[in-house]
Amino acid sequence: MNMLATYALRWGDDSLILGQRLGEWCGHAPALEVDLSLANIALDQIGQATHFLGLAGAIEGKGRDADHLAFRRDVMDFSNCLLVEQPNGDFAQTMARQFLFSHYQVLLFEQMALVKDERFAAIAAKALKEVSYHAQLAGDWIVRLGDGTEESRARMIAGLDWMWRFTDELFAMDEVDAAAIDAGAGVDKAALRAMWDKRIDAMLAEATLTRPAPRRATLGGRQGRHSEHLGHLLSDMQFLQRAYPDATW
Amino acid sequence: MSDPSKEWPLWEVFVRGKGGLSHRHVGSVHAADAKMALEHARDTYTRRMEGVSLWVLPSAQIVSSDPGDAAALFEPAEDKVYRHPTFYKVPDGITHI
Repeated sequence: MNMLATYALRWGDDSLILGQRLGEWCGHAPALEVDLSLANIALDQIGQATHFLGLAGAIEGKGRDADHLAFRRDVMDFSNCLLVEQPNGDFAQTMARQFLFSHYQVLLFEQMALVKDERFAAIAAKALKEVSYHAQLAGDWIVRLGDGTEESRARMIAGLDWMWRFTDELFAMDEVDAAAIDAGAGVDKAALRAMWDKRIDAMLAEATLTRPAPRRATLGGRQGRHSEHLGHLLSDMQFLQRAYPDATW
Repeated sequence: MSDPSKEWPLWEVFVRGKGGLSHRHVGSVHAADAKMALEHARDTYTRRMEGVSLWVLPSAQIVSSDPGDAAALFEPAEDKVYRHPTFYKVPDGITHI
């Protein structure tokens, strides 16, 4: 795959894996209304994945469509960030992941909507409206749980603590990012960090929480080096397509 | 059902659609506060179509008429045709009347 196709693939993989994780909540959320909200976010993410994976396949030019890229690659070929593949855990842990990632997606897509490459800009502009809502919803839950009962607060702190080590990866730059910027499609992710920190800190303050203690960053997702969770997720997600590889559906 | 006292209160949802003139009651949601009620109403009843307006209000705040009083409240209007402006011709092209 060339660098630009890889670049599109990364964003598609982020959204796809998070969409799959949120789908696991279906029918299990704390309340009917929350169930609908989580499913809505999942559907938005799957929609974004369809666009980005479709674009990746088109740039690659080898006839792989979004379905092929979603269902016929193995763990090492997935380039999502490690944050989105983390287990749902309890509701607080899921909301911690959503909160950290949605605020990142907002900043990312704000910039990507401005790039010269119209294909990337168009997907980002559409996705931006969706992720702004996700960030708001997740942020509200951070405040409710963080500033809620003793138990909800303890769970929120534990959830944030679990997810925190995977946040540095969101802003790490490599040669694929550089090539995408040169091609007029990429975003300087490192430059998003300051604004992300500011927004996260503001919401945490409102939730009467403090930032988890810094720890060694866990990296590798973009290069296909994943946590032990992704393989199991893919075995669920891809079973049918692996059993009947060229079926139409 | 779980203990009703531990459930989130009920909110009534009113939506004004894109190009719609007034808010219509579409249903209800459970939510812990008004902001959450708006978010839930948005996900449940509008699928986030752009250009719609949402109202939520606590169901407990609504006072309704008593069905037992229906005869006294509504029937007196029925036999007084002069109260109804039904004899005017409405010109073509007048909508929303």
